[in-house]
Amino acid sequence: MKHLLTTRGLSRADAIRILDTAGQMAATQSREIKKLPTLRGRTVVNLFFEDSTRTRISFETAAKRLSADVINFSAKGSSVSKGESLKDTALTLQAMGADAVVIRHQASGAPHTLAHAGWVEAAVINAGDGMHQHPTQALLDAYTMRRHLMPRVGRGVGVPGVGAGAGLDLAGVRVAIVGDVLHSRVARSNVQLLHTLGAQVTLVAPPTLVPVGVEAWPCEVSYHLDEVLVDLQPDAVMMLRVQRERMSSAGGGFFPSPLEYTRNYGLDAVRLGLLPEHAIVMHPGPMNRGLEISAEAADSPRAVIVEQVANGVAVRMAVLYLLLAGDVSQVGSHERASL
Amino acid sequence: MTSSQIEIDGSSGLATYLIRDVAPLGGERVDLVLAGGVIERIEPSGSVVAGEGVVVVEGGHLVALPGLVDLHTHLREPGREDAETIRSGTRAAAVGGFTAVHAMANTTPVQDTAGVVEQVWRLGTEAGWADVHPVGAVSVGLEGTHLAELGAMAHSAAQVRVFSDDGKCVADPILMRRALEYVKAFDGVIAQHSQEPRLTEGSQMNEGVVSAEIGLAGWPAVAEEAIIARDVLLAEHVGSRLHVCHLSTAGSVDLIRWAKSRGIRVTAEVTGHHLGLTEERARDYDPMFKVNPPLRTAADVEAVREGLADGTIDIVATDHAPHTREDKDCEWAAAAFGMTGLETVLSVVQQTMVDTGRMTWADVARVLSSAPAQIGRITDGPRPQGRPLAVGEPANVVLVDPAVRRVVRPAEQATASANSPFGGVELPGQVMATFLRGRATVLDGVPVEQDGVSRVGASR
Repeated sequence: MKHLLTTRGLSRADAIRILDTAGQMAATQSREIKKLPTLRGRTVVNLFFEDSTRTRISFETAAKRLSADVINFSAKGSSVSKGESLKDTALTLQAMGADAVVIRHQASGAPHTLAHAGWVEAAVINAGDGMHQHPTQALLDAYTMRRHLMPRVGRGVGVPGVGAGAGLDLAGVRVAIVGDVLHSRVARSNVQLLHTLGAQVTLVAPPTLVPVGVEAWPCEVSYHLDEVLVDLQPDAVMMLRVQRERMSSAGGGFFPSPLEYTRNYGLDAVRLGLLPEHAIVMHPGPMNRGLEISAEAADSPRAVIVEQVANGVAVRMAVLYLLLAGDVSQVGSHERASL
Repeated sequence: MTSSQIEIDGSSGLATYLIRDVAPLGGERVDLVLAGGVIERIEPSGSVVAGEGVVVVEGGHLVALPGLVDLHTHLREPGREDAETIRSGTRAAAVGGFTAVHAMANTTPVQDTAGVVEQVWRLGTEAGWADVHPVGAVSVGLEGTHLAELGAMAHSAAQVRVFSDDGKCVADPILMRRALEYVKAFDGVIAQHSQEPRLTEGSQMNEGVVSAEIGLAGWPAVAEEAIIARDVLLAEHVGSRLHVCHLSTAGSVDLIRWAKSRGIRVTAEVTGHHLGLTEERARDYDPMFKVNPPLRTAADVEAVREGLADGTIDIVATDHAPHTREDKDCEWAAAAFGMTGLETVLSVVQQTMVDTGRMTWADVARVLSSAPAQIGRITDGPRPQGRPLAVGEPANVVLVDPAVRRVVRPAEQATASANSPFGGVELPGQVMATFLRGRATVLDGVPVEQDGVSRVGASR
């Protein structure tokens, strides 16, 4: 196991192993002393070319809980803003002896290039690249679903100290992912991982926000949220953030107005009432309250949005642990592009 | 010497070459004599004997073609000499079998005045590796708002006949109409980079299954096809010549086929990389495969091969686009669009069209020499190109060994840049010799420097 760049290369066994390890990590976080000595002496660099406070803090917390040394590198105000290339930045990190590089980049494929161009020897973890992938987000989403849903759909009651659903996949779980699929690395990551884990995924979006080529994805596509909520009865509804700059047609937008979007694709109290009683509401954040999700939906007992954030730390601890200290032989013999 | 043999000597003037037992256009083997800058003799194989001063080239396994003509080359000079110069670019052209190239207008400054096109033309002449025919910009500064001084460029020493904003599309329909009309005065042609700008804002690769998966913004086929459809109708309306640059989609082939069936004066080109590569190469985000228009689907590749074979597509062009190492050694989104092609295109055409039985070597001579020369209006005049291999014609000749297989090593190529999409790939065919008006620019696969010394550096 060398890098985590995409959920596409993850086998079912690898994914379950990460989720199970995350469960073990989460168990340690309820202790009075949360810190583990596992990665003492290792250096993790958070290389963020794009603003993302919550993801950076999540990775930073995860690394520190494992006793790694953490260096935060933000492109803003750095040599990157003076024109330094990704390559030279990478060579600098290599010279400084980074063991893992957590990279967030606005360009799809930048983590892949960093991992394979021969610039660094460190493990590369994709913390979100362009419209491509955000694999730890998908893993924390899957972890959250498994924890909440597997006992309720009749499988797995949880292993004490490890977490609900340990050892299980998501077979039989129905997930609706709603919103700006076109620009969403979260959607791409989730569709692939959830399919690998046996869930049934339906994407719901206006046609302008569904990518050409989606027919090759292992999921269904609908343009009608109400129909999906009534007919599919999803166990989980994942709302995607609408980027405000795409909201109006004045800017070459993808739908006529925020109001029309909310009417057709926003999750409000009425639509919440169409869901099965056990269904959970998810959002990768940050939310546009009143646009893709109403306050009632975001704050309802079904919403697990805050818990997703907490689970993110455990999942990222698991990923860092498996990449830097885990037993490769137990994870599978995938090529470097995958975990 | 038997009574049926003819002895030639090379004791006067430009070197005389006897190319023994060579197959023009892959046909019957002959002895070919180049002397005084022209093809002096074509005789039955074995009937010519070399006298004093004659350089003999054994052509037993070689195919002779007329010197290749590229209608679409980026030489980068003036302005980006770090990527390519007119000298290095034309040297690469000679290595690839070319005796003439059309140098695209997107230089710095832009080739939009008589002064700049004359500068490019003169530098090409001084370099001496291949004839350089500057392409004039359609609009001032490639801005797409005002016509450049097309007439001044046409009447300059460079005698420009091809005009293009390549790299950018002439998107404004009224500007495109005026350009098409205006160049009729000197039998010019507008070579259009067909890319509807609004449909391709931010585009990084072909829009489809692969772009959806790997998260790169898509460049839809319809953005190319919509402009071609518009432009062929404009060309029909005003009765002008339109040339479609680097056509890349199956729908574009259909549009050209339809336009030609209506008698519209349209010609089209496909590049070597669009004949040989698909969008699948983008999956690893290797910027060597980032190009505009993007690599398309396997179905598109099949369509352009079929269109080239049946004559719908008139020519193969290189769209040779050299870039510096720093412009390509980076993440995909930051990388420049473009690939080199002068030194590989003949091999790619052999691999995809000749070795597959779709085309003969005579067809290759048409799509890589005579047809581009005709479109560029350089078949006549003081330095004619794209002429047949016939006695009395200018000795612009390329000798190809189709049996050789070679691994492309970009760092060893003659171009100043190394952004070949075929790096590390084994391709068939090798240009063994190139003659420009009877003077060897390449011999034994190696460029012949002006001082007469061969130096290592050719792709072998």
